[in-house]
Amino acid sequence: MLKRTLNYLNRSSSILPELIAIALAFLISAIILLITGYQPIRAFSALFRGAFGSKFGLGQTLTQATPILFTSLSFLLAFRSGIFNIGIEGQFLIGAFAAAVVGSGINGLPPVIHVILSLFIGGLFGALWCLIPALLKVFTGASEVITTMMMSYIASHLTSYLVNYHFKAPGWVAQTNPVQPSAVLAKILPPTQLSISFLISLGFSILIFYFLFKTYLGYQICAVGFNPSTAENRGIQVQSRIIMAFLLSAFVAGVGGAGEVLGVHGRFVEGFSPGYGWDGIAVSLVGRLHPFGCIIASVLFGMLRAGGMTMTRATKVPLDISLIIQSLVIILVAAPSFIKFVILRRKN
Amino acid sequence: MSEALALYGFTKYFPGVLANDHIDLSINQGEIHGLLGENGAGKSVLMSTLYGLYRPDDGKVFIRGQEVTIESPAQAISYGIGMVHQNFTLIENMTVWENIVLGKEIRRGFVLDKNRILKELHQLLQNTGFDIDLNAKIYELPIGLQQRVEILKILYRGADILIFDEPTAVLTPQEVDQLFKTFRQLIQNGKTIIFISHKLKEIFCICDRVTVLRRGKKIGTLSIDEATPESLAEMMVGRKVFFSFEKSKPPHPEVILSVKELSTSGGKKQQNLQNINFDIHAFEILGVAGVEGNGQTEMVEVLVGLQKLQRGKILFQNEDITHFSPKKRILMGISHIPEDRPKRGIISDFSVKDNLILGFEDLPPFKKGLISRNDSAIKQFSQAKIQEFEIATPDENTLVKNLSGGNQQKVVLARELSHDVKLVIASQPTRGLDIAASEYVRNKLIELKNNGSGVLLVSADLDEIRSISDRVIVLYEGQIIGELTPDADEYQYGLLMGGTAC
Repeated sequence: MLKRTLNYLNRSSSILPELIAIALAFLISAIILLITGYQPIRAFSALFRGAFGSKFGLGQTLTQATPILFTSLSFLLAFRSGIFNIGIEGQFLIGAFAAAVVGSGINGLPPVIHVILSLFIGGLFGALWCLIPALLKVFTGASEVITTMMMSYIASHLTSYLVNYHFKAPGWVAQTNPVQPSAVLAKILPPTQLSISFLISLGFSILIFYFLFKTYLGYQICAVGFNPSTAENRGIQVQSRIIMAFLLSAFVAGVGGAGEVLGVHGRFVEGFSPGYGWDGIAVSLVGRLHPFGCIIASVLFGMLRAGGMTMTRATKVPLDISLIIQSLVIILVAAPSFIKFVILRRKN
Repeated sequence: MSEALALYGFTKYFPGVLANDHIDLSINQGEIHGLLGENGAGKSVLMSTLYGLYRPDDGKVFIRGQEVTIESPAQAISYGIGMVHQNFTLIENMTVWENIVLGKEIRRGFVLDKNRILKELHQLLQNTGFDIDLNAKIYELPIGLQQRVEILKILYRGADILIFDEPTAVLTPQEVDQLFKTFRQLIQNGKTIIFISHKLKEIFCICDRVTVLRRGKKIGTLSIDEATPESLAEMMVGRKVFFSFEKSKPPHPEVILSVKELSTSGGKKQQNLQNINFDIHAFEILGVAGVEGNGQTEMVEVLVGLQKLQRGKILFQNEDITHFSPKKRILMGISHIPEDRPKRGIISDFSVKDNLILGFEDLPPFKKGLISRNDSAIKQFSQAKIQEFEIATPDENTLVKNLSGGNQQKVVLARELSHDVKLVIASQPTRGLDIAASEYVRNKLIELKNNGSGVLLVSADLDEIRSISDRVIVLYEGQIIGELTPDADEYQYGLLMGGTAC
């Protein structure tokens, strides 16, 4: 299924299909705007101005792109081994929460160490959260689509419970205590929220590229994804490679959650993720399951999110329109491959 | 006795193969007619074409004296011809009665008329004397009963002439007995049966007459009273002159592989091995002959470590490797040329170079440092192998799926033979290859043997086995039924492969 999905995504080396899809998404949105009585040209120019027109806009775009880049990288790592990790949202939340606890609860660590520790703990807990689905998959064959999704719901409600009771900071809002200054990821483009987390996500793209295509472990993971029985015949330990890819995938998701807490919000706030984990799946497919493709696709989605806010402020066009454009891009680019993927999976 | 079905000059080409060469066949009303031949003799093609799955290139079909043309299975069924395939076409989680009527349901408006359906099916069961629980789900039934559902399906559609394509291949001996009882019941009900098999024993057990095919040609039709196992075996295998290669007469004293009392107990779709014993010496090619599905696949998978064994021991150069992982066996010098190349041999979406290092990717020189690939070493190695093995590819970065079958097999060979090899397990190594590529593969195996390696050659091609093996064992139903020299009489081979010990 991986191989057919990749074949489908790489059906041509040009990015023309994606560009057409984006153009189409804007066209359909323009029609919606016209019908509802807004001026599409004004709205879209506000959107682009908001996204790229200023230092502030650019910062917001990249801030929004950061968590999506983490989650899309997470999805592609597992998918390369043939695993469909649909529960990234849960791993992301658990990672965020764990980082908030370590970031706020420990005193007196040197800044760099505290940040690295918090990020690592975030990744580690994301991976641990995925351990049950991974083991179930390998030892009982339980479909990871179901188990990761269910674990994701548990994560969402568990963190919600913890932040409302045991880890609630004083006050009315369901949030944890702020992380210590030593655990904060520095902002790199004030006054925007853009933090070092963005650079870390770029670093992860390069690392994952290197890991998948330049190391023997990545090679083995890809071999398992393409043809597990040949891989087995050639002495590759299929199950351990699946677990490895699965846990690394969840680790990246956890680090992404931690980055949001340490870099943007400064604490774990209930409901801070508008569904970054779910976005990652679609963005990963728009990025053709390649680490560098994911960077471009994430920035595109970050642009729609950030520009959408400016568009709303400047033209009174509801934010929903920006969400509609995003959804249309996903549908037009990723959905055909998604649908194909589901069909092929059934056939297999 | 009247003629139920007759074929005249029936011919079917596939690209490069003449699958059926002007075959005449006459089937009498109410007989069980055996269709006997080796793998690839054209039995299944003949019947599938008759059934409308392929279009014949030439020939005429007469049903009860009427000339007809059959262009689809639906048409075949309308002429009363039904076929039971080797692979069942049942829906596992539906009931027996639902499967039987599927596609020919009795309806009342939009709803199934279950009462009328069940009434009709009970009538059918009564007429045929079959016994089956109509409300059972298919997955609850053993294979033998599932096959009965397949038979009921075609009877329900009014078939008079029933074609069975190797129906016993998937059955246990008890189920075979049961199937033959069913055959007799069907004959009593006035049906006619065409029974495809390559097992002599079964032909003698149940058939009235038998037609033998070999390499797409009809060799003859005999009444079972005038046939003997020897005559049928000879007709099936044929007498040919062999160019024998020079063979080392007494086996070399060094034993490379020794298999002792090997048994497996696999799933229901597998042929279990029973008490397999053999040795492979240095400078020796041991051939494994036998009709496919008699345990060859299982034996190879056990030897390379992909399948667990139940009992027994495998010694490689006097070391017990019974519980070694596939990786460990590869590194010890055991190479494997798998029978199912796309499934076990190559990763078609990987490049030629990535396929060439598969299994050695985590070792120097292909690895440098802790986990990094050594791209320049990989490139150098694969370019050298492409040249040495004459792999026709634009370059080492081409995806293997874009190569021809012969070149894909050369990629496998290059990978399997380019390290320090002591034993090669070659399973159907020339399947699907053209003559030149096949010759290349065989010469490579001989070259290895001459350099002192042991070779286990599993092949459905008897000519291939006999032309390059030093000794031959014959597998039948998971057991070694006999050992022969390559120059033994063809009919001895035919007898053993058909399950009759000499």
